[in-house]
Amino acid sequence: MSTAEHTLVLDPITCEGRGLCHLAAPELIELDEWGYPLLPGAGLRATVHHADRPAARAAVDSCPVLALHLERQRQSKTTPL
Amino acid sequence: MSTGVPLLASRSRSEHVAQFGPLPDLSSPERRGRLIDEVERAGLRGRGGGWFPTHAKLRAVNESAASRRRLSRGRHPIAIANGMEGEPASSKDVALMAANPHLVLDGLSLAAQSVGASDARIAVHRGSAAEEVLTRALRERDDDPVPIALVLPPARYVASEESALAHWVGDGVATPVFPDRPFQKGVDGRPTLVQNVETLAHLALIGRNGGDWFRERGCTSAPGTTLVTVAGSVVRPSVVEVPVGTAVLDILDQAGGPTQPLLGYLTGGYGGAWVSAGQLDEATWDPESVRSAGGVIGASVLWALGEDTCPLVELDRVTSWMAGESAGQCGPCMFGLPSIAEDVHRLAAGAPGADVVPRLRQRLGLVAGRGGCKHPDGTARLVATALDAFSKEVLRHEQGSCSAPEHVGPRLPVPETRSLTADTARKDFR
Repeated sequence: MSTAEHTLVLDPITCEGRGLCHLAAPELIELDEWGYPLLPGAGLRATVHHADRPAARAAVDSCPVLALHLERQRQSKTTPL
Repeated sequence: MSTGVPLLASRSRSEHVAQFGPLPDLSSPERRGRLIDEVERAGLRGRGGGWFPTHAKLRAVNESAASRRRLSRGRHPIAIANGMEGEPASSKDVALMAANPHLVLDGLSLAAQSVGASDARIAVHRGSAAEEVLTRALRERDDDPVPIALVLPPARYVASEESALAHWVGDGVATPVFPDRPFQKGVDGRPTLVQNVETLAHLALIGRNGGDWFRERGCTSAPGTTLVTVAGSVVRPSVVEVPVGTAVLDILDQAGGPTQPLLGYLTGGYGGAWVSAGQLDEATWDPESVRSAGGVIGASVLWALGEDTCPLVELDRVTSWMAGESAGQCGPCMFGLPSIAEDVHRLAAGAPGADVVPRLRQRLGLVAGRGGCKHPDGTARLVATALDAFSKEVLRHEQGSCSAPEHVGPRLPVPETRSLTADTARKDFR
């Protein structure tokens, strides 16, 4: 199993605030006062360390609208914009 | 909705060519590459609000198209001139298109050719004062190598955001898209160039006169001139053209100076930042200097707020409007902005209760960076900077008083405020 770090990515347009990700991984994802997920760092992308990967995977799998993804971190970003 | 700036009569195509000369020929790939090199040498940065280097965007669309062609025989890129001017406090894009429509269209033509686009659009809000002049100007052009059509997306704030504009041109829905960026996957999945109309006008002049000519004015980090909408408590609300890096106080003078002692300024637009009077006294009008002073150059709006006007009452009007302009796609925007607007309203009304300002500050920290576009970020910054710039007035309001209860000064232009529901949002953005 790889020890590479991963990034948890939230698509805020797809997210409907069902809150299942919080139930699946309360140590990783909180909900704001409107019921929408707060990733660590309160952005749309959060680095997930090796130890948190099972929780992140559980959160991704729990989402009924597929708004969460787990990406393997690339060494360099090539996106210019 | 108006900032009170008069529009000039527009130049016909023959007057335009007599003044500026013919467009350079970009029929060979070498010439198209050289144009992008000149734009890079010019150091042109986008005037729509982001001040992103224009040559980098042109190259990104080119590279995205090149990689697409390797994968499949993909379709050609498309270029869009963004003349939406979604910022209600800004008049500069409409003023430019009204006076010099062909300069903007020349820039669109060159930019479209430089990225190998097969077609181009110029987009202005439905009901924009620029619609008629552009319709007339396009009838005077039948020789553009890339055909240009005028399109009229709905007059909604976030419809000017570049992914929303590409979404509307492709699918007829003017809502922001996440996470694809237009330069990679825009209109119908094609690489899409979106450039502000003022940026394109500068590009048209760089294409004729070269990058070194452009750099003769402006500052090293942001060369050239820029249009500024100067309004509010000034003698002559105007759109002025100044070299980037001109002293802010000189720009105010060009609008006749303040009509009264000022409390502060709104910089950049409604997604911009408030600064208190004095904060801009040493600043120059370029992205870095305005940012160091606590402001945002953004869409190049400088709105002077006089002492006879309550900043929190103005903030309330604008925040409510911004909340209603959410596309209703992302929770923190759809629910967060109305909650923020409600707190601001209580503060503006006076004696809001001890919990309101702390709760407001907490909510401001919860919406930025959590939307598919920057609408929540801009609105949160508008409110947060007002609380800082006008902290004395915030205290007064918390105690139930107001230093300008008559509120007689010029009002920030606020179009009809919408109450957001998912259904109206879906209809309104088509």
